[in-house]
Amino acid sequence: MSARISTKQRMQITRQAMPEQDAAARAANFLEVNLGLPERLALLEADRCLQCKDPRCMEGCPVGVNIPKFLDLLTAGKIAEAAQSLLCDNALPAVTGRVCPQETQCEAVCVRAARGLPVGVGYLERYVADWAREHRDQLPQIKPQPTGKKVAIVGSGPAGLTAAGELAKLGHDVTIYEALHKAGGVLVYGIPEFRLPKKIVAQEVERLQEAGVKIECNVVIGRTYTIPELQKNFDAIFIANGAGLPVFMNVPGENFKGVYSANEYLTRINLMAAYDFPRSDTPVLQGQRVAVVGGGNVAMDAVRTAKRLGAKEAMIVYRRTHDELPARAEEVHHAEQEGIRFEFLTAPIEVIGNDKRWVTGMKCQKMKLGEADSSGRRRPEVIPGSEFVLDCDTVVVAIGTKSNPLLTATCPELKLNKWGNIVADENGATSLPGVFAGGDIVRGAATVILAMGDGKKAAQAMDKYLATRAK
Amino acid sequence: MHRILAKQTLSPNVTRLDVHAPRIAQIRQAGQFVIVHLAENSERIPLTIADSNPETGAVTLVIQAVGKSTNELVALNVGDSIRDVAGPLGHPTEMISSGHALCIGGGVGTAVVHPIAQSLQKNGVRVTSVIGGRSKEWVIFENELKRYGNVVVCTDDGSYGRKGFVTDAAKEILTNEKVDIVYAVGPVPMMRAVANLTRGFGVHTIVSLNPVMIDGTGMCGGCRVSLGNETKFACVDGPEFDGHKVNFDELQDRLGTYREFEQKSLACAAENCRLEKQLSQKS
Ligand SMILES: Cc1cc2nc3c(=O)[nH]c(=O)nc-3n(C[C@H](O)[C@H](O)[C@H](O)COP(=O)(O)OP(=O)(O)OC[C@H]3O[C@@H](n4cnc5c(N)ncnc54)[C@H](O)[C@@H]3O)c2cc1C
Ligand SMILES: Cc1cc2nc3c(=O)[nH]c(=O)nc-3n(C[C@H](O)[C@H](O)[C@H](O)COP(=O)(O)OP(=O)(O)OC[C@H]3O[C@@H](n4cnc5c(N)ncnc54)[C@H](O)[C@@H]3O)c2cc1C
Ligand code: SF4
Ligand code: FES
Repeated sequence: MSARISTKQRMQITRQAMPEQDAAARAANFLEVNLGLPERLALLEADRCLQCKDPRCMEGCPVGVNIPKFLDLLTAGKIAEAAQSLLCDNALPAVTGRVCPQETQCEAVCVRAARGLPVGVGYLERYVADWAREHRDQLPQIKPQPTGKKVAIVGSGPAGLTAAGELAKLGHDVTIYEALHKAGGVLVYGIPEFRLPKKIVAQEVERLQEAGVKIECNVVIGRTYTIPELQKNFDAIFIANGAGLPVFMNVPGENFKGVYSANEYLTRINLMAAYDFPRSDTPVLQGQRVAVVGGGNVAMDAVRTAKRLGAKEAMIVYRRTHDELPARAEEVHHAEQEGIRFEFLTAPIEVIGNDKRWVTGMKCQKMKLGEADSSGRRRPEVIPGSEFVLDCDTVVVAIGTKSNPLLTATCPELKLNKWGNIVADENGATSLPGVFAGGDIVRGAATVILAMGDGKKAAQAMDKYLATRAK
Repeated sequence: MHRILAKQTLSPNVTRLDVHAPRIAQIRQAGQFVIVHLAENSERIPLTIADSNPETGAVTLVIQAVGKSTNELVALNVGDSIRDVAGPLGHPTEMISSGHALCIGGGVGTAVVHPIAQSLQKNGVRVTSVIGGRSKEWVIFENELKRYGNVVVCTDDGSYGRKGFVTDAAKEILTNEKVDIVYAVGPVPMMRAVANLTRGFGVHTIVSLNPVMIDGTGMCGGCRVSLGNETKFACVDGPEFDGHKVNFDELQDRLGTYREFEQKSLACAAENCRLEKQLSQKS
């Protein structure tokens, strides 16, 4: 740690606020909400880090990013080295700097959180990563020795992209197969532009291609090729096809016109650019009163998108309260600023439609919180006789996703758990030799950083596995 | 990129395109479809694989021009390309291995019936096809289907074959002959009418549903259809289902979700076309 600045001085610096687009303006556009810290504020924020000997933040990070190291290099004016250090631990920092739930990970356990606010690790990760995106020429390019081993990766979400990068670095010949026409997984079809600009994902994909990774879009594994077919042509396989099957509420009226799964709603708008209709050919219903059911990141993305498409009232309908919302704190805060209405302790029991079968409302029940369940969260209980009708013309269901059986159904030897997720050990190894898996298909709907962590661990295990196989 | 290898106009608004997609040409089975995405800003639309040639890598699509995307596709010429073709998607058709199958096709649905009849005949099943169109020039795939068995043609105006609906001809066949299975593909009202007819005869009936789709991989749920009390995703659970269980009213209704947008999209395309013409005349 440099003696440039004392701990006492560090403690005196207050947390820097993220500059953001004005709430009223941004509720009508799709541009990124957070504008990024300018250099002066970033350096000030980085100086708040106490450079702990035993950094708790690293334990809080699912992939153990060496946070004090990259912050120290940053404050020492060595931003290229800071970027290198960060990229070595985390392949997609420009993404995670924007979408990680830092408040429950690194920042939750930062020592500075005990007295005041934690170091803005997410903001700084983003700062350094954005610098790296703009200055790729200042980062060393590693040209590995080709090993002659061929690896197939199924799915181009964060797990697949991370594994591809790691394996290419080790000299393997990597091909990603992606079902959709664009690479990126949830990062391109789910998470909206105002939170994660698509350009960032496109740059990461390009970077991988420059490193020699081949990406074949429009290939649906389970249909175009099966896993047994890939096994014949590749030395190892990494399955990272996500948890893309939407769950519906299973209430009457759910097939009326105007009811969407969040996946459909967001895919139409993000992947297919329906906000730009008719310049783009894919339409989306532009509801005036949009009710989004759920309380996670997906629900927040859908409701804020509805607002941006011009909804007069965009509402979250959630059966617990504000404190239980599983979404990132920043997303909830931004939603509140943008005028999103929250209907807490409310559970839908029926979608109501008119004689033309268009949605006109949602019959709901009020709930109260009861005893804590096994997960420690208080269980919502129905208040009898509390039914009421919520006026709305569009319903977006964002209550979760399950594993999609399309791929696994064509590979019966692959062991699954009772929810249909692929069973894999801590290195991603599945019941089939040479076949690894990670990300949401193993964990169920989780997070970007966990998917990336799985991709990295699996890549290392695959490298070991490939070394044991004769040429 | 997938090059157009051949093009043929089959009826006033139905065009056959042979598209280069070698992997799909090799492995496709009856009943499967592809998702086609013409260019960056285009829609992703599902089209049934009507035929294929594993040697040339050609996949045959038979397209009825009904809206913007299909009109753009049929405007392509040999040598032009389609950006993305994904597939083969959906489950292959449920087959029988002996007996007598009645294949009923209405309009562009006749092209979808073609690979089914092709497979049935290969299995050694006797195939009778009943196909229909508004009038003579709307009847397609008659010669192709004749290779697999008897073909009865119906036209609404009697300008070719029998006068009347496909259901009339089908009813006669069901009354006079033993039929083990019925396949029906066409507009929703036609499939509903066939299902209602065959229910009386107690003959298992398979229909191919055409809900609005996006990804075609089970990810969005937009293609959901109801079978009795069950919800199914047509792109992964279908697109073919037991016609006696399908809720056709709901399907028909959901197909109308974007009607206003579709008209706007077409009007906009026409306006662009007009402007382009004006500009090219000026220059
Ligand atoms: C709207 C939304 C917002 C979210 N917000 C956050 C957030 O703020 N922070 C956070 O940490 N997490 C967030 N998440 C969760 C996070 O995005 C996921 O946990 C993560 O993307 C999982 O990564 P993955 O690589 O396992 O799968 P995915 O990102 O789902 O990628 C899987 C890819 O595989 C492809 N595929 C599927 N089947 C096949 C097949 N058979 N053949 C070939 N390809 C196939 C899919 O098309 C897809 O591209 C959000 C999720 C959504 C939907
Ligand atoms: C499994 C399946 C197989 C099909 N096979 C064929 C085929 O072989 N030949 C053929 O001509 N047509 C086929 N269709 C129908 C075809 O996909 C639609 O006609 C086409 O999408 C219309 O697009 P458009 O922009 O030209 O028309 P639009 O103006 O957008 O729509 C016209 C009508 O087509 C339907 N439609 C619109 N968008 C979609 C969509 N994304 N997916 C499905 N239907 C939509 C709606 O009912 C709409 O009212 C099939 C549909 C399905 C689901
Ligand atoms: S816990 Fe906080 S103060 Fe300590 S090293 Fe990590 S970021 Fe810096
Ligand atoms: S088209 Fe999206 S789930 Fe069927």
